[in-house]
Amino acid sequence: MGRVSGKVAFVTGAARGQGRAHALRLAEEGADIIAVDLCAPVPDLQYPPATPDDLAETVKQIEALDRRIVAKQADVRDFAALSAAVDEGVAELGGLDIVVGNAGICIIADAESTTPEIWKNTIDTNLTGVWHTVQAAVPHLKARGGGSIILTSSAAGLVGLPFLTAYIAAKHGVTGLGKAYAIELGRFGIRVNTLHPGGVDTAMGGMGAAFPEYIEKNPGIVMGGYGVLPETTTQPRDQANAVLWLASDEAKFVTGTQVSVDAGMVVC
Amino acid sequence: MGRLDGKVVFITGVARGQGRSHAIRFAEEGADIIGIDVVEPIAGSTSPPATQADMDETVRAVEALDRRIVATKADVRSLEQVKKAVDDGVAQLGRLDVVIANAGVSTFMGPAESLTEEAFVDMVDINLTGVWRSCAAAIPHIKAGGRGGSIIMTSSAAGLMAYANVGHYVAAKHGVVGLMRTLALELAPDSIRVNSIHPTTVDTPMVNNEATFRLFRPDVENPGVDDFIEAAKVMNALPIGWVEAVDISNAMVWLASDEARYVTGVTLPVDAGAVIK
Repeated sequence: MGRVSGKVAFVTGAARGQGRAHALRLAEEGADIIAVDLCAPVPDLQYPPATPDDLAETVKQIEALDRRIVAKQADVRDFAALSAAVDEGVAELGGLDIVVGNAGICIIADAESTTPEIWKNTIDTNLTGVWHTVQAAVPHLKARGGGSIILTSSAAGLVGLPFLTAYIAAKHGVTGLGKAYAIELGRFGIRVNTLHPGGVDTAMGGMGAAFPEYIEKNPGIVMGGYGVLPETTTQPRDQANAVLWLASDEAKFVTGTQVSVDAGMVVC
Repeated sequence: MGRLDGKVVFITGVARGQGRSHAIRFAEEGADIIGIDVVEPIAGSTSPPATQADMDETVRAVEALDRRIVATKADVRSLEQVKKAVDDGVAQLGRLDVVIANAGVSTFMGPAESLTEEAFVDMVDINLTGVWRSCAAAIPHIKAGGRGGSIIMTSSAAGLMAYANVGHYVAAKHGVVGLMRTLALELAPDSIRVNSIHPTTVDTPMVNNEATFRLFRPDVENPGVDDFIEAAKVMNALPIGWVEAVDISNAMVWLASDEARYVTGVTLPVDAGAVIK
């Protein structure tokens, strides 16, 4: 008997990285999956975008676990497309219990190099995209009589870090969004929590190569610590284990919280 | 295959309530237990004291799961007693991986300026310094294992926000957060993680009693459990008055397990949204 047997989970950004890990971990514990991903380039991205092949690989791995998955290419910036994807998934899988608002981008730039386009794409994807995700899903959770929503914020949703103004603003916004939804949705038995990863070994992590340019350009700005544990780079599965716990009935009284899985990045 | 197979956990306040629940839940996941409890009355406590019969029941429940438990009568107000109990437990069970610093009391209630010095000092001695003593006794054993470990402190929603008329409790529980953060920093090089859990009201003897009902319902002459739940519901975002001990234990299992291997320095509410509201 899995820890989320019989449940259906909606995961955004599911083609690879953390999103794929969430889908797989939840499927291992008995959930069926509704997966969406943009699978297309975003301007200014300093790492390769997810592809349709990546999403197909997620589908293959879920099906190998003998779980069902409905996977769609959809953009979290497009509410109509996202809603349609969720509605179709729910129609096929019979309901919705878990939402993982994971899709996000990260573009490194110091404040003066942050263009209006970088700002808009980051806020639209990382904050408004999460709001779209929750808005599209809540009617289905209510119909089920409860559920668990996990929003992927970041250590950058709790503390400031250099050369990430748009990302920091969006991720702090997600932290607030989680708290606000927790209050309004509690009475429906819907729990809302935010996940705050530190460094994660994913394709997005490749954007770190862009840091030295800005460190050199901005002498005197000190990079913060990466965590206090001997190993500071987490694996997607470490994040997925936290998502699994928050999604399961083991956490049935946990709502409105900020869960850090960051090797101690924000403790000092 | 349990999520804590082969691990040994030290639990304070193990005779009943949350402590017993942790012992049972950890045993279910394959851990052996070193447990202590004061098992005698504490001055000013608003709940009836834990008894030897309570302690025996915890031992019985753990052994019924085919796990080992070394249960000792010891007071977290005495470093000597705590150290001896932990040392004996490790000698018998062979190692130590996890600490659950759970022992705590609820005592006299009233405006902070009306608390006696004794009430304040005793509260801090148990609910804060007791946590420190538990960690100080256990840390050398975890370090000696060289495998890292997980320390989990039971703070409270009152460790993150204020509640009127329990200033000594709020102060002690906030203090636990400072201790947790410092130990997270200091013990990280040894891969020992340190986190705190922040329950809302839990259905245990410490809460399920007349004094607590009166704290929540000063407006009712002889408040009962239903009066209490009605008032307690207002504190929580989820539509419930209190949570069960096992809900706290489930969070402990996750923090203690390798699933949370990069989680340290975290204040984790299990509070039905009390802090957010």
